[in-house]
Amino acid sequence: MSGKLRKCMMLCCPAKGEMPNEIYEEAIAGLNKLLSEKGGLEVAAAEKIKQLTAELGGAAGKGFDPIERIRTGFEIFKKEKYEKDSDLYEKLKTGQSPKFLVFACSDSRVCPSHILNFQPGEAFMVRNIANMVPPYDPSKYSGVGAAIEYAVLHLKVENILVIGHSCCGGIKGLMSIPDDGATQSDFIEDWVKIGKAAKAKVQAERGDLDFNAQCAHLEKEAVNISLGNLLTYQFVRQAVVNKTLSLKGGHYDFVKGSFELWNLDYNLSPSSMV
Amino acid sequence: MRRVIIVDYLFVLPVKQLSGSFFVGTQYHKSKLPAKQQDRRMAKDMYEEAIAGLKKLLSAKGELEAVAVTKIRQLTAELEESSGKVFDPVERIRTGFDHFKKEKYEKNPALYEKLAKGQSPKFLVFACSDSRVCPSHILNFQPGEAFIVRNIANMVPPYDQKKYSGGGAAIEYAVLYLKVENIVVIGHSCCGGIKGLMSIPDDGTTQSDFIEEWVNICKTAKAKVKAECNNLDFTEQCTLLEKEAVNVSLGNLLTYPFVREAVGKKTLSLKGGHYDFLKGSFELWNLDFSLSPSLSA
Repeated sequence: MSGKLRKCMMLCCPAKGEMPNEIYEEAIAGLNKLLSEKGGLEVAAAEKIKQLTAELGGAAGKGFDPIERIRTGFEIFKKEKYEKDSDLYEKLKTGQSPKFLVFACSDSRVCPSHILNFQPGEAFMVRNIANMVPPYDPSKYSGVGAAIEYAVLHLKVENILVIGHSCCGGIKGLMSIPDDGATQSDFIEDWVKIGKAAKAKVQAERGDLDFNAQCAHLEKEAVNISLGNLLTYQFVRQAVVNKTLSLKGGHYDFVKGSFELWNLDYNLSPSSMV
Repeated sequence: MRRVIIVDYLFVLPVKQLSGSFFVGTQYHKSKLPAKQQDRRMAKDMYEEAIAGLKKLLSAKGELEAVAVTKIRQLTAELEESSGKVFDPVERIRTGFDHFKKEKYEKNPALYEKLAKGQSPKFLVFACSDSRVCPSHILNFQPGEAFIVRNIANMVPPYDQKKYSGGGAAIEYAVLYLKVENIVVIGHSCCGGIKGLMSIPDDGTTQSDFIEEWVNICKTAKAKVKAECNNLDFTEQCTLLEKEAVNVSLGNLLTYPFVREAVGKKTLSLKGGHYDFLKGSFELWNLDFSLSPSLSA
């Protein structure tokens, strides 16, 4: 494997060099020379040039330039937000103290900064396929564990919010795993199986519904499994019992334009001497 | 379990069972507010009862009045302070969604109707969980534009079905199903996860349940920074590590066969980025990857 890193583009630098016009003239001169030396190629050349022009036109029409997109995106942020709200950004330079840890799906349509209007500094976020919280397991799930540990013990967030959403591809994937458990993907099915207890519940209770309706139920039940899994982390359990942390479930339906929110109440009954 | 629908001011509180605990709820419209009014009336009654009790005590024992006055003033100040601080997360979520619905969802029905049918983002983005670096803010990504993974220190683990199914699932889905054209890994200034990695002692002992184990994904970047820039102070080393760790992540992306294949076919490009919120700058670079043509001898 030969990976070569080219570190080059500070966004403040001019991106586009000047069109090397001479090179183009040179190329055309070469083509003209060929045509004058070998007659009878004009028709084929014309055909090819037309084809090339169409291809170039098509590519320019699609014209998506990822670097340009990133540059303009950052410029808008810098001008409209970073420079306009210097109080906020000065404060954030000294640290963060978000009130929320949010689990949301990686889906491009459900970013919590959009749907709940979270501003910089407000929410520590984990985003993964189907917004799943796996149970405590340092060998299998260190990624999510690290985020919860950091948010609860170091940042002392007061709320953990797990947000599911409509038309979730990960949930459809979970619903589609055949009963014999055979999987076809390298990772996806193994990951979403975190919510398999929710799937069993939906199949048992809503077996009469069609696939899409079952998926809609599973989107919410899987959130409940995640809320339950949060309690397998002892620092979460302790903070919840101390009432310094509360756990909430949510579901964003972008077809209807609605947001549903619920609490997980968790209490230990007081022990009594016998 | 309390369940609240934040739309059209309809609150639904169904009876639900979860993990062996029972939750009781009711259903009502916010516009009528019967439950809230009832709560308020009850609270008022309770307050009047308490005041009556205090008055009764004071009329029996007049000498307590001076102490009572001091205590009441103290308690009033305390209440005032705590009500000023009060943060209501449910209210925050409600107003956040209301704002989104009015200012974005309803103002741009063409976009949201299109997105209701599907997504075809051009980007898969790895960014840190840090509350200050959301790509939707710093790169102004609109709904539908970027499939986003966020974890501690924006790390891409190497291909490992047992240890790293979460990162793997997101890459697999984005590359094979959504066919994203770009993967961007974005590091940032003052990253707590990177500081954590830099602080792991040389003997490798860890103090956390998960954090150090996770950030060790980029330990080769740490070794590189320590070898090449040992003369710098801790903070400067961390800044370098924030960028070198992105490079390790870009390299790790190539351990996924479907990434390697797409990069080889030029349908996918890999980019590294670094957002410095102290300076207000964003740096971007490409990973160029090529296999040299094999020669038959």
